[in-house]
Amino acid sequence: MALALSSEARLIRDQAQAFFAERSPVRALRQLRDSSDASGFSRPLWQEMTELGWPGFLVSEVHGGSEFGLLGLCLVLEAAGRTLAPTPLLSTALIGASALLLGGSAAQRQEHLSALAAGERLFALAMEEGAHHAPSHVQTRAERTDRGWRLNGEKRFVPDGGLADMLIVTARTVGEAGNADNISLFLVPAATPGVTVSRRVMVDSRNAAAIRLDAVELGEDALLGEADAGMAVLEPLLDRAYVGLAAEMLGLAGEAFDRTLQYLKDRRQFGVPIGSFQALKHRAGLMFCELELLRSAVLGALEALEAGAPEAALLSSAAKAKACDAVWLIGNEAIQMHGGIGMTDEHEIGFFLKRARVAQQTFGDGPFHRDRYASLMGY
Amino acid sequence: MQRTFLKEEHVTSLDAFRTESRQWLLANCPASMRTPMPDDEVPWGGRRAEFRNPDAKLWLDRMVERGWTAPSWPREYGGGGLSTEQAQVLAEEMRALGCRAPLFSFGLTMLGPVLLEFGNEAQRREHLPRIVRGEIRWCQGYSEPGAGSDLASLSTRAVPEGEDFIINGHKIWTSYAHYADWIFCLVRTDPTAKKHEGISFVLIDMASPGVRAQPIRLISGYSVFCETFFEDVRVPQANLVGEPNKGWTIAKRLLEHERKSLASFSDRHRERSARSLREVALQGVGAVDGRIADPVLRDRIAAYEIDDTAFQLTRRRLADEASADGRPGPASALMKLCATELNKRRMELMVASAGTQALGWEGEGFNPDEIRETREWLRSKANSIEGGTSEIQLNIIAKRVLGLPD
Ligand SMILES: Cc1cc2nc3c(=O)[nH]c(=O)nc-3n(C[C@H](O)[C@H](O)[C@H](O)COP(=O)(O)OP(=O)(O)OC[C@H]3O[C@@H](n4cnc5c(N)ncnc54)[C@H](O)[C@@H]3O)c2cc1C
Repeated sequence: MALALSSEARLIRDQAQAFFAERSPVRALRQLRDSSDASGFSRPLWQEMTELGWPGFLVSEVHGGSEFGLLGLCLVLEAAGRTLAPTPLLSTALIGASALLLGGSAAQRQEHLSALAAGERLFALAMEEGAHHAPSHVQTRAERTDRGWRLNGEKRFVPDGGLADMLIVTARTVGEAGNADNISLFLVPAATPGVTVSRRVMVDSRNAAAIRLDAVELGEDALLGEADAGMAVLEPLLDRAYVGLAAEMLGLAGEAFDRTLQYLKDRRQFGVPIGSFQALKHRAGLMFCELELLRSAVLGALEALEAGAPEAALLSSAAKAKACDAVWLIGNEAIQMHGGIGMTDEHEIGFFLKRARVAQQTFGDGPFHRDRYASLMGY
Repeated sequence: MQRTFLKEEHVTSLDAFRTESRQWLLANCPASMRTPMPDDEVPWGGRRAEFRNPDAKLWLDRMVERGWTAPSWPREYGGGGLSTEQAQVLAEEMRALGCRAPLFSFGLTMLGPVLLEFGNEAQRREHLPRIVRGEIRWCQGYSEPGAGSDLASLSTRAVPEGEDFIINGHKIWTSYAHYADWIFCLVRTDPTAKKHEGISFVLIDMASPGVRAQPIRLISGYSVFCETFFEDVRVPQANLVGEPNKGWTIAKRLLEHERKSLASFSDRHRERSARSLREVALQGVGAVDGRIADPVLRDRIAAYEIDDTAFQLTRRRLADEASADGRPGPASALMKLCATELNKRRMELMVASAGTQALGWEGEGFNPDEIRETREWLRSKANSIEGGTSEIQLNIIAKRVLGLPD
């Protein structure tokens, strides 16, 4: 395969870009924020996305999806990133669908995939328990019962946790937090008694939630994949999530860069455009390089994931690490190069910095992914 | 089956070519040509070429015969006549099998492509086959003491006299001028015109009376470049490439090709390295649970390797996206910048990993790999200077890619 988009892919990308630019510009995020909308996203807009088939990009036609694949979905995520559109695409279309495809039984797929593809059932991954990404740092307990399972524990920072109908929860049967063995995955309807979802208002105005599980009683069929072998599903699932988020970050970094570049051409000081100052030109050049590297890292990881290549895990961490570098650099430079106006709430550039910082922290920051990369490489 | 949205390649015909090429390489590449290349075996070719390893000569001859020293040049000039995709496949196969490049030369990477684009038929017929066969070694006469980054301010003069030019001037940093047979040179033919408009591109035989190359020693101890003096050197006007006073366009295109080749510099370098960064670090600072013991160094090495991976993917992507004309364009500035800065980072990490063992200069106490690392670390500092400095690459990106105003 060539590391370039097919004409069909470019069509999907262009369609998604046009959609978000028109239907969900940054203004829309501001409105959601200012109206203190409880869900942090727009249901009618989700309906429109559903009509375009996006929730079902990974789902087979039998279940009402299009099977357009991960790359197609990531092009949509990138486009969503450009306007900071708050959508459940990553949590539902990518993570929810991948969890079912990677670990779900035939019955579970039957039960959920059609509703997922139809945009009727939203998912969220309830995994983190601390302030930093740590997939095996699980204290939430899963006990065997006569009927199935009982969960107790607390999850933090669950993206889209407040709007999900279905939670994918990590819990352990025995052992200490940090041990990758004995972790299992569960499908937990958010409406199950004992589940308490509390919205956490984050700096990026997206939906995130803390979730308590108090003696949550589940049936046998709630187990996703094998008991005590949750990592076998979670790791490839997270690889996809890393790249999906990196694709969104590519979009947001690209847009923040384009806006900054335009500002360098428009804003005049000392009688000339500020973009004629070499101190700014060179920094713009370096940002451009980071963006190009990130675009390739994302595409390379997608190629490996779609092919099921052995280096997929390595390239997924590389992509997320690069995404963290790029959004950090561009988010900060964007503010600096806008000067005072960049610090105002009225100007939109600040929204990019805020989303960039949350995305950087979500699913592992640069140091996390470099550590993983080094371990996978055997050093 | 999930679909993919990556562009399909013309799989069938390329696959056949891949298999055929691999078989040929396996049958024809001598075993010793599939080992890392020591510094004294780099096959630069030229009238005074020396082959310390007879296999190198055999390998060169076989590749020449097939046209594969210049795989994508037209067959009529001795090239392989391959499409861009085929040439890429061949390069991939050579890399996979660990085959050495049969020939290194500025003729292949820089001069040839501009002769194909701007040279006249006589010039192509005279020079291209000799480049392909490695018979003539070329050097690049661009920089002068007063004209470095501001190359267009060069002052070497060419004055017409009858059928000839008489050339006087002083070039500097001319890589390998002391070994070269010919030089492609920028000269001023119209001193009254604006600086970009009075420059011509000429080809000069280094054996011409009045040419003198004097080696300069680098901080690494190597002598790779020279001062090159021209005193009343007589050069036929037929050696002018393109129109008189229109040399700047050719000069710039050649620089794009140079950047493109410098962008693969770190690969060549790595292929020649005996030890990987990882090995040096695990050995140099020790391991705890199989990890490099120093977590800061480990993080920096991973950051470097991730950037390098992203860079390799970028090169592949830009090649796959490239327009059909095969001209490098302004993206070559990005590639040159990234490749050279990455190589500098790699060598810094080598020294950080090996500590004082990579700071030995000569003699006892250091093995040859270590001495080489010291020298290569110093040599790498030139990467972001030669072929246009990193600052100049950023200027090009700002202006020609990002459209920022002067
Ligand atoms: C190992 C090596 C091999 C070489 N081989 C050859 C060769 O074969 N043939 C040949 O012709 N030349 C060769 N060169 C020369 C090389 O191309 C020049 O050194 C290079 O273009 C820089 O010119 P300079 O050395 O005069 O530095 P200067 O141009 O004086 O630059 C000094 C510093 O000022 C900065 N600077 C200059 N202008 C600007 C600007 N507009 N904006 C911001 N910063 C600026 C530079 O980036 C640099 O940091 C070689 C150089 C080296 C180191």
